[in-house]
Amino acid sequence: MNGVHDMGGMDGFGKVEPESNEPVFHAPWEARVMAMNRAMGATGAWNIDMSRFSREMLPPDVYLGSSYYRKWYLGLEQMLLERGLVDADEVAAGRALRPGKPLKRGNFGVADVGRIMTRGSFTRPAQAPARFKPGDRVRAKNIHPAGHTRLPRYVRGHVGVIERVQGSHVFPDSAASGQGENPQWLYTVRFEGRELWGADADPSVKISVEAFEPYLDPA
Amino acid sequence: MQLRVRALETILTEKGYVDPKALDLIIEAYETKIGPHNGARVVAKAWSDPDFKRRLLEDGSAAVATLGHVSRVGDHLVAVENTPQVHNMVVCTLCSCYPWEVLGLPPVWYKAAPYRSRAVKDPRGVLADFGVTLPKETEIRVWDSTAETRFVVLPMRPAGTDGWSEERLAGLVTRDSMIGTGLAKKPEEVTR
Repeated sequence: MNGVHDMGGMDGFGKVEPESNEPVFHAPWEARVMAMNRAMGATGAWNIDMSRFSREMLPPDVYLGSSYYRKWYLGLEQMLLERGLVDADEVAAGRALRPGKPLKRGNFGVADVGRIMTRGSFTRPAQAPARFKPGDRVRAKNIHPAGHTRLPRYVRGHVGVIERVQGSHVFPDSAASGQGENPQWLYTVRFEGRELWGADADPSVKISVEAFEPYLDPA
Repeated sequence: MQLRVRALETILTEKGYVDPKALDLIIEAYETKIGPHNGARVVAKAWSDPDFKRRLLEDGSAAVATLGHVSRVGDHLVAVENTPQVHNMVVCTLCSCYPWEVLGLPPVWYKAAPYRSRAVKDPRGVLADFGVTLPKETEIRVWDSTAETRFVVLPMRPAGTDGWSEERLAGLVTRDSMIGTGLAKKPEEVTR
């Protein structure tokens, strides 16, 4: 979806403001939100693409006006409500009014912490041979899907070069909408800064995105 | 937010979905065990051991897995090397993808609009916000983490560090140098 989360190349947000000696969390609730998200993700209640999409679906003013962990909280609450794992009257009451529902991989306990400390693998057997190889010229498709996609707007329609073949991975566009993993080849595609930003752009800049094969045409 | 978050945790706990003690352990790991010091060890080893560096650049996941970090890496860690000709910088314009296993949780600025919007269009301007100026001939190579591949920058080893131990070298490796918004510290910048 063409949401405000797709920020590459937008102007007007101002300077980057690094914070010296930044703490891991700025308030205790941020830590609880992070941990609840990790834990509920590990129960199989949803996949990572669904959780990204839940944050992208926040109204633009909410997305831009919320801190990072507030967005995580709002996305989490939304996913719990949508799946009926928590009901709106429970959120209003601040306590459970009904027993929990069964979760795909069971409830999350102390014994489960170890397994989420190793990041999951997204590599899957390929459905077909890779269409492109390093050095091939490709054009990012001019597509504007209403659902979740990982092809940022700023490269759509532009020509780049395949730099690396990263293997066959879970396709987020399918996984986010519950249509299965539908594995696709993933490539690092490198673009010249001037191809993306015009003739006046800095000629020394090159930018790559990680692009799934369905995003690309030969050029 | 504190009250709202506490209420949701109460609901999830009462329904049996999560054990708050398990949440405590997750938080403790990210507060105390998983952070840029893990990545600094990787960089220091790459500076000291040419064979490890070759393996790191060929297959970041496999090379880092041999170091036995608390947060073991998944399959998709890619290390990219800075040279006098090329400076690498990592961003996630769409959300906040970041190599948690080697750098911990990302800083606020990495996840915020100014960095995500400008890193791909005006990377030299972003570097200036961090006080970094590079020669205009240096290629600036920006990696937008739009999939599950995760990138970590191998910064250039500072001059004047010949014969340093890995431990001492690790003290020169900053988080920002591994994102590409900074450079490794010079020997004179660290207090003995």
